[in-house]
Amino acid sequence: MNDLITGIGIAFGLILTADPEVIDITARTLAITCSSTLISVVVALPLGAAIAFRDFPGKRTVISIIQTLYALPTVVVGLLCFMVLSRSGPLGYLGWMFTPNGMIFGQTVLILPITAGLVITALQSVSPGITDTIRSLGASRLQFLRSHVREARFAIMAAVIVGFSRAISEVGTAIMIGGNIKGHTRVLTTAISLQTSMGNFSLSLALGIILLVIALVINLLLGLVQNR
Amino acid sequence: MITIDNIKKSFDGKTILSGVDGTIKTGEIFAIIGPSGQGKTTLLRILNLLETPSEGNIILDGVSIHEIKDRNQIRRKMGMVFQDTIAFHDTVFNNIALGLRYRHYSKKEIQERVMQKLGEIGLSGFSNRNATTLSGGEKQRVSLARVLITDPEILLLDEPTANLDPISTEVIENLIRRYNRECNTTVIMATHDLLLGQRLADRVAVMMDGRFIQSGTVFDLFSRPCSGAVAQFIGIGNILTGTVIGNKDGMAVIETDGVRVYALGEIPPQTPVTIAIRPEEITLHRGSDTGTSARNVITGIIESVQPFGIISTIRVSHNTFRLSVQVTWQSMQDLNLAPGIPVTISFKASSVHGMPDECSHAA
Repeated sequence: MNDLITGIGIAFGLILTADPEVIDITARTLAITCSSTLISVVVALPLGAAIAFRDFPGKRTVISIIQTLYALPTVVVGLLCFMVLSRSGPLGYLGWMFTPNGMIFGQTVLILPITAGLVITALQSVSPGITDTIRSLGASRLQFLRSHVREARFAIMAAVIVGFSRAISEVGTAIMIGGNIKGHTRVLTTAISLQTSMGNFSLSLALGIILLVIALVINLLLGLVQNR
Repeated sequence: MITIDNIKKSFDGKTILSGVDGTIKTGEIFAIIGPSGQGKTTLLRILNLLETPSEGNIILDGVSIHEIKDRNQIRRKMGMVFQDTIAFHDTVFNNIALGLRYRHYSKKEIQERVMQKLGEIGLSGFSNRNATTLSGGEKQRVSLARVLITDPEILLLDEPTANLDPISTEVIENLIRRYNRECNTTVIMATHDLLLGQRLADRVAVMMDGRFIQSGTVFDLFSRPCSGAVAQFIGIGNILTGTVIGNKDGMAVIETDGVRVYALGEIPPQTPVTIAIRPEEITLHRGSDTGTSARNVITGIIESVQPFGIISTIRVSHNTFRLSVQVTWQSMQDLNLAPGIPVTISFKASSVHGMPDECSHAA
């Protein structure tokens, strides 16, 4: 109980005094998570649209596989990305191991099934009448996609929120690909993990509270956009 | 000109259209009427390239539209209003502007045109309202405006006023009429509402069993339905089947349910026929003294009385022969009509319409 109260106290202290290390870790966390969320959405929209609007053999199976991957363990993604990005791996030449770029890559792989799966559900939930109207008005392919995305924007925003939340809270990929290097790849979750293993429960808790506050603020902001 | 050439369509082995043939002239209002589930919507969707026919062609100005690669080239000449009212989760303005944005109109032009259309559909001031919060009638007006704003050469309407409030119905019908007259827009509409067809259409085609079975003006349909099914659909209350037993004085004598009915025109004896007699063309008399010159005079008793507004439908039976007659509420009172009372009914031979059950299948 003492740790909890001390932790809350330290958290506010760190936030109010704008502790340089905390600011550094927080800024990096946001940069990496926002990047991976953005990339996953940019990939998920055309990919989701291609799956949602086209009929092809095995479509149902593809959707089921994507939905199964929602539960992909972060350490498994970490392991796979490690094998791909390590010096001997197929993308080893990029030199992304133990870099923020590698972490963005790992988080994108982790959340892409979620954003793509939810985008598919969002686009498929647009009523057939709306789809017919868009076609009937003579929309080009791009206009067709844009009108559907606009019509399904609330559900697509939910996909963004869920993807962001999953990315900011994961630790497995961040630690395996990033390596938790101070001042370079350390993010809030890996810092919490380290501080806990070192017995600094109060500091861990403080960082945890900061993480939650960020998640809350981002969710509120996206929620505001959603309700516009 | 649009030529519909032997259009067939099946879904999962079920035949929806079994060979539709017809020609629709430029600037014509053409109504496809018929009961629900006969393929009217499917035909409109094929015309709008939303479905591909299993067989046959739609020829627009000499071009088979389903063979053109760039479907938008054809679609942008057309506009379709669907039966289910469609509203995007967006403002009324953006709902109406959509087709213009697809066509890359300038912001200024979109603004001017949308505001003009809002006035035409009686929804000025609704520009920033969320379209999904409008009533069904208002949504359908927005749907029509969304289509009309693109100046389509061909307007396809699927039950445009079904289940709408009277104000929206009037606004929509007036707009359809206006665009047809002022812009020479060809209008093809599917409806089960014969009266809508009568109010708007230059020509109607009856669609049954997946094809046109009769076409012409509404008056043609009313006066000369080609089959019992058409007569039943357009609401001719008395449809009877019988056999011609002979011809006399230029009239066919038809026996139906043990009663002889005289119909104008000679028909070869022993021909089985379906006859239609409009209830409003039958006169009802109290007792047996009619003093009528009508050729058909039949005595019977009132079986039932069904009031419908100021008109009542009276069912008169003579053994197994039954006919419906329409009388005003005033006549009901004057003649003191009630079930069980003996009456006489009379109608002219010219009021009996014999149908050979051979329809043309092309419009």
